[in-house]
Amino acid sequence: MSDPEHVSHKKNATPSLVKEALRLWRDASFRPLFMQGVVVLVVVMLGVWVINNTMNNLEHRGISTGFDFLSQEAGFGIIQSLVEYDESHSYGRTFVVGILNTLLVSGLGIFFATILGFLIGVARLSSNWLLARMASVFIETFRNIPLLLQIFFWYFAVLAALPHPRQSFALGESVFLNLRGLFLPKPIIEQGLLPVMVSCLVAIGLALFLRSINQKRRVETGKSISGAPWYMAALLAGIPVLTWHLSGASLVLDTPELKGFNFRGGISIIPELGALLLALTIYTSAFIAEVVRAGIESVQKGQKEAAASLGLKPGKVLTLVVIPQAMKVIIPPLTNQYLNLAKNSSLATAIGYPDLVSVFAGTTLNQTGQAVEVIAMTMAVYLTISLSVSLLMNIYNKRVALIER
Amino acid sequence: MISHDITMIPAREPPARAVGVMAWVRNNLFANPLSALATLLIAYSLYLFVPPLVQWAFMDATWFGESSSDCSSDGACWAFITARLDQFIYGFYPEEQQWRADLFFAQLAILIAWLSFKVTPGKKWVLGYSLILMPVVSWFLLYGDLLGLEKVETHQWGGLMLTLLLALCGMIASLPFGVLLALGRRSNMPVIRSLCTAYIELWRGVPLITVLFMASVMLPLFVPEEVVFDKLLRALIGIILFQAAYMAEVVRGGLQAIPKGQFEAFNSLGLSYWQGMIMIILPQAMRLVIPGVVNTFIALFKDTSLVLVIGLFDLLAIIQAGLNDPAWLGNSVEGYLFAGLVFWVFCFGMSKYSQRLEQQLHR
Amino acid sequence: MSDYLDEPRLQKPLKKDGQPEVTIQRESATEQASLIEISGLNKWYGQFHVLRDINLNVKKGEKIVICGPSGSGKSTLIRCINCLEEHQEGSIVVDGTRLTNDLKNIETIRREVGMVFQQFNLFPHLTILENCTLAPIWVRKQSRKEAEKVAMEYLERVRIPDQANKYPGQLSGGQQQRVAIARSLCMNPEVMLFDEPTSALDPEMIKEVLDVMIELAQEGMTMLCVTHEMGFARTVADRVIFMDEGQIIEQAPPEAFFSHPRSERTRKFLGQVLNH
Repeated sequence: MSDPEHVSHKKNATPSLVKEALRLWRDASFRPLFMQGVVVLVVVMLGVWVINNTMNNLEHRGISTGFDFLSQEAGFGIIQSLVEYDESHSYGRTFVVGILNTLLVSGLGIFFATILGFLIGVARLSSNWLLARMASVFIETFRNIPLLLQIFFWYFAVLAALPHPRQSFALGESVFLNLRGLFLPKPIIEQGLLPVMVSCLVAIGLALFLRSINQKRRVETGKSISGAPWYMAALLAGIPVLTWHLSGASLVLDTPELKGFNFRGGISIIPELGALLLALTIYTSAFIAEVVRAGIESVQKGQKEAAASLGLKPGKVLTLVVIPQAMKVIIPPLTNQYLNLAKNSSLATAIGYPDLVSVFAGTTLNQTGQAVEVIAMTMAVYLTISLSVSLLMNIYNKRVALIER
Repeated sequence: MISHDITMIPAREPPARAVGVMAWVRNNLFANPLSALATLLIAYSLYLFVPPLVQWAFMDATWFGESSSDCSSDGACWAFITARLDQFIYGFYPEEQQWRADLFFAQLAILIAWLSFKVTPGKKWVLGYSLILMPVVSWFLLYGDLLGLEKVETHQWGGLMLTLLLALCGMIASLPFGVLLALGRRSNMPVIRSLCTAYIELWRGVPLITVLFMASVMLPLFVPEEVVFDKLLRALIGIILFQAAYMAEVVRGGLQAIPKGQFEAFNSLGLSYWQGMIMIILPQAMRLVIPGVVNTFIALFKDTSLVLVIGLFDLLAIIQAGLNDPAWLGNSVEGYLFAGLVFWVFCFGMSKYSQRLEQQLHR
Repeated sequence: MSDYLDEPRLQKPLKKDGQPEVTIQRESATEQASLIEISGLNKWYGQFHVLRDINLNVKKGEKIVICGPSGSGKSTLIRCINCLEEHQEGSIVVDGTRLTNDLKNIETIRREVGMVFQQFNLFPHLTILENCTLAPIWVRKQSRKEAEKVAMEYLERVRIPDQANKYPGQLSGGQQQRVAIARSLCMNPEVMLFDEPTSALDPEMIKEVLDVMIELAQEGMTMLCVTHEMGFARTVADRVIFMDEGQIIEQAPPEAFFSHPRSERTRKFLGQVLNH
């Protein structure tokens, strides 16, 4: 072993460089900088390598990069579209159709899953043993089976067993259910119907307004308007009926009719949408039910006891004390479930519901071969939705944290 | 002062209406009119649905047969399952080599049993084997082309075997990445922190199906042309990239639960960052995150069914394929019920296990 | 013991030396209207007999301290009075209303009976003022202004009017418990029940809560108080009740209770509580 000082004496230049390097390495402010520099370098090199490879590969396959393909004619049909679409529209249009279909099924799914999830979550906590048991059987069954399997089950086993159009299940003369989907009458907005619909909205608005005024008056003065519920009922029934008679409107429904092999007219819900919606709703509601249960259970027993001992009625205990506290616990994981549902709606592609992944990352990608652009655009859509929702969630969490302490 | 001896009142049995079956029924099923109504409605619908279901699934069912025509028309046709059970378990794995898959299953069963019983010795080594060697050993056992084992191409793999393999390998391989990402996201070096955060949020923000599409069409573009991944490996890479982000969030939760004092303690003992992390923080954090890890594993296990969209034949895909066999048409309910049952048993078992762990942690 | 014993003893205008022996006799309370009449009360948790043949009358203005070892059923007893716990046998009559399963009845009684909990149980999502006005507005149907005026008066009496717009999480334990007392008082109850109001408090905060309770007692509020604060019992109680194994072992005015406990159990219990 040689003495370091001895060495440094002999060979002066190198050891001082080593020493300098060692000093820098031990420097608490330099080392992190250095390490971060190394990481950035590695990431950049990896990126360059990947981009290089991709460029080479694409060139060899004769695929040109860029987003020009979006304006080319798509040339394929889509079975459900919320905007005008046919084969002559562009690939860019298929992108929009896909996004809208994804949003449609996500929106409907969130709506139904929330209702079902809250009902089952509350049932899970019911004092009725049988009801609580059934709710927990529901939850444990549906959240432990893959969503894709559930989608297949509804699509291939249940909806495919529905009768042919000629033997449709019918509800009255206007609602039909068969192999091809669910057919509902569509109200046609004729002259006069519009005022009636507007008046319905006005009546509901007025009734809610009256209710809130009454509530406020109750809180401020201690007295409520006597007979307020009757006024509200009168408003709700009176205004629409009155406008109906005054405008002389008649309700015209475009009822679906059997023509050839299928029904035409009315609103039709294609079986792909039906199966996807059923599966998403049931699967997600099982998770939402658990979120709701955990939220309600997180409100301590003492809170309910304190509210009850002040003489509040059970309903008021729930609305004034339990729910406001439970909602704070419920909302963050609930939004998470909503995001999951939106992402899970991409399984649509397995049964051919024309969502974003199916139409764009499926058909469009296959036809154009623009894998990088198409996948990137698809991912960007989901990412935008996810990130904007989590941004809102962060703002919400900060506000809640601020109020509590 | 009155000398007053207190005679204690002896404990009595509660009044009959307060205990026993009748009291339980009254309190839990008929506590109020609404509750009574619910009880009656549920009981009635159970009475309507359960007996015919049992009749269909067991009494009238056909258990063995060669095709749909062997099945009775009013009962379940379980013959579809029994006739194809081999395929559902092994995929297209050659029959004379199936002992290798059996060995793989046996290995899993032994490891799980070993790790879940309290008394078995050498848990540390077994865990180490499961996390490091087991995926490699399993791969070579199934793939072969080594030590005189015949080579079995991955496109012949399928069924439950593939489902388990994807889930396990995806899980185990993503664990170390997840830990690194979690540490990175909590690091105080801004560049590393933002890179890790970006990675995690990116993968968590997109559906697995797009990741699988990406892995299957884009991954071959990312590497030089000479490198060829087979389909299974591509799917696995996609799953690992995706799963690592979720794992990172679980681990981060565990790290956050470690009191600040522990970090200060190892710093003041003069341990370096990595020494402290490996010897002090991670062992505590990992114990906390086991339930979370099991929960993400359940999610992954269910999600492996998505590989059917890129043409791999996992349990669900192979049943789906079997349903299209002309000899077995019209058995979709039986097929899905069987697949559902298998997935359910695994997932429910694991979720109960994770709940038990959680309760142990809180005690 | 709390440091309360060191304080100068407060004047106790209501204390009558000759009366105690009478109040012990359970059945003789009929000549003066009782606010709470409990007779033959029995309660079980499953097979466990928690309350055994409890008979207790509380007159208007009376202050009763209930003590006993933990698990003796004292909290359960006062929780039965406002029906937070169901009982299986016997009757409870509060201010002429008999407790039945009828929700209307239960609500009537809860309106007249205020309760203070060991864990305060303030509503964390509401401000102090909102905590106090919630019940007056929704149960007593008062206007917000009116309710707030009353609430501020009570908050001043418990000496925390300046915290009115804060949230419970921002207050100390002692302050929270005083708010909880004010919250109950805002309903203008006939009786106040205290379920170990100082047990969850740090020692230095016990006194501020006890002071408020003593003032309340001096104003003539009827009180039933489960507590281990024997100093408080000596100062304000008309009667001290000792419970063990779900039954009332003995009840006596504080002087008699502390100087001549009649049963061995009581002596033992007092020995444990007083000697440390």
